[in-house]
Amino acid sequence: MKIHEYQGKEILRKFGVATPRGVPCFSVDEAVKAAESLGGKVWVVKAQIHAGGRGKGGGVKVAKSLDEVKSYAGQILGMQLKTHQTGPEGQQVRRLLVEEGADIKKELYVGMVVDRVTQRVCLMASSEGGMDIEEVAAHTPEKIHKVFVDPVAGLTDTEADATCRQIGVPESAVIQGRAVLQGLYQAFWDTDASLAEINPLIVTGDGRVVALDAKMNFDSNALFRHEDIVAMRDLDEEDPAEVEASKFDLSYISLDGNIGCLVNGAGLAMATMDTIKLFGAEPANFLDVGGGATTEKVTEAFKLMLANPKVKGILVNIFGGIMRCDTIADGVVAAARETHLSVPLVVRMRGTNEDLGKQILKDSGLPIIAASDMADAAQKIVAAVNG
Amino acid sequence: MSILINKDTRVVTQGITGKTGQFHTKMCKDYANGANCFVAGVNPKKAGESFEDIPIYATVKEAKQQQGVNASVIYVPPPFAAAAIWEAVEADLDLVICITEGIPVRDMVALKDRMARENRKTVLCGPNCPGIITPDEIKIGIMPGHIHKKGRIGVVSRSGTLTYEAVGQLSDLDLGQSTAVGIGGDPVNGLKHKDVLELFMNDPDTDAVIMIGEIGGSDEEAAAEWYSSECRNKKPVVGFIAGVTAPAGKRMGHAGAIISGGKGTAQEKLEVMEACGIRTTKNPAEMGKLLKTVL
Repeated sequence: MKIHEYQGKEILRKFGVATPRGVPCFSVDEAVKAAESLGGKVWVVKAQIHAGGRGKGGGVKVAKSLDEVKSYAGQILGMQLKTHQTGPEGQQVRRLLVEEGADIKKELYVGMVVDRVTQRVCLMASSEGGMDIEEVAAHTPEKIHKVFVDPVAGLTDTEADATCRQIGVPESAVIQGRAVLQGLYQAFWDTDASLAEINPLIVTGDGRVVALDAKMNFDSNALFRHEDIVAMRDLDEEDPAEVEASKFDLSYISLDGNIGCLVNGAGLAMATMDTIKLFGAEPANFLDVGGGATTEKVTEAFKLMLANPKVKGILVNIFGGIMRCDTIADGVVAAARETHLSVPLVVRMRGTNEDLGKQILKDSGLPIIAASDMADAAQKIVAAVNG
Repeated sequence: MSILINKDTRVVTQGITGKTGQFHTKMCKDYANGANCFVAGVNPKKAGESFEDIPIYATVKEAKQQQGVNASVIYVPPPFAAAAIWEAVEADLDLVICITEGIPVRDMVALKDRMARENRKTVLCGPNCPGIITPDEIKIGIMPGHIHKKGRIGVVSRSGTLTYEAVGQLSDLDLGQSTAVGIGGDPVNGLKHKDVLELFMNDPDTDAVIMIGEIGGSDEEAAAEWYSSECRNKKPVVGFIAGVTAPAGKRMGHAGAIISGGKGTAQEKLEVMEACGIRTTKNPAEMGKLLKTVL
């Protein structure tokens, strides 16, 4: 689960990380009032969307008067902000963060993820703040310093201080830098984060270490113990189809192709998508119906796929191990009837009661194309869609 | 011979009284030598009772004392699953297979650290995995037993149904399996591809291996590199990686199936595997056929 920058900063502040003073706003009036209440002469108006790269897309502006705050807030609120993470259609801006301006002397990067190899939380830090860290990692990996944190000891003073020095925090500010890094680690651990990133972490002209940005993602499997974080969820930022799918315990991801696919199991679902591509077409979605697919679930899955206007055909690939093929066939037939299916449908079923399942599909009178294996299924749906 | 489990393995089921635990315990008990293998269950509130004639104990330790169990299978719900694994580790079982899907990553980080810190010898398989089967001997997990055939091919995979797909193809070609191991789709887990590959390489009853991976992480690369340096000409290995079409930054169902920071793409994994002497296919319908060509 993702949250907005202003929410990330709220969390980090609780863990002792310094951030600029700021106010989240939902209208131009609120933005002007926020700037007034913050005082000072310079403000930053920042679009709040879940995607990164907001500055380059025109979603972050420095205002030097209240009139400018008003004008920038008006420009940014409601805009379709396009960044390298939003896709070409962009994401509509519905929230702003108005912050006091900062006197930036140095821009640094700090981030945390769980490292799969060491199976520990990895702190990544770099002197190259403000940049895309993936670019830094690709071109100058020596500029990224890593610490694999011992979960019992936590991020130690020694580790935090050494990291600060490696990335160029001035000696006089190392103690503050330590507080930021340790606060970030504790926030990451305590909230079950999957990603926590401050880019840039700045050193100000008067020597303070401040988080100018905050990005946090959370482990969806741990949300049951974080009601406060669940409350921060912003459904406007999520793909409506994926939100709908999650209500029915379906794992669904929208993609760009025109062949919908419904599969049981994540690995088999990916393999099915790959097979569609292998035979010259592109999948419209990833959809894992899971182990206990009921008629209701299959019907919902069909509705989801068919709600996508790009879908020109559907491929169902079920390896019904313990799940019975006749149950799946009943679900497919009911779903096809209920959704008045008008695009070609290819079904490949394998497993318990396979023959019974095939008979149900045949007896339904629906124009369902049967396939013997995954490759046969992919070839048949690609031919049906292209023909 | 086989790896990890055989007809003499004695299994305790943690979470035997839940719906999933009951269903699969019955299926496992009905498979091959299962009736002699599944000898205990654990539930502190139902100690003294039984399920399908399997006695239920309060703790894993007690099940071990009473029934001599050396392996555990876990169906406990995600919030309590890491603690269940730890209980089995603390009882010094040889093997713990955790089927449970959706355990918080932080719980697994803390658990794996504690296992390493205390130098625990228990082997963990999973979580979020289908389990392990040695055909015609024992099935511990949720895979369909009937698609398997006894034989000499090893199967290791991160994904459940994709494993069944590979096994189904092998059985159709009359290529039986020595053992099939589902290591699970979570980022922080127990057995890795490399560990299982090593076991198969040292198993006199395994002639060749299918290794199935997916996007995310670098476990498949690590296994391929180990194979290349240690066992290249020992036994043939073939592979498939799911997720060529998966876009970066999108989690494909499994908690670990995500391309992040430009790392963990299917293409990259396939290239490393090929360079290490592992033949790969991009057509998952041909995994079995590919294996047959290298025998």
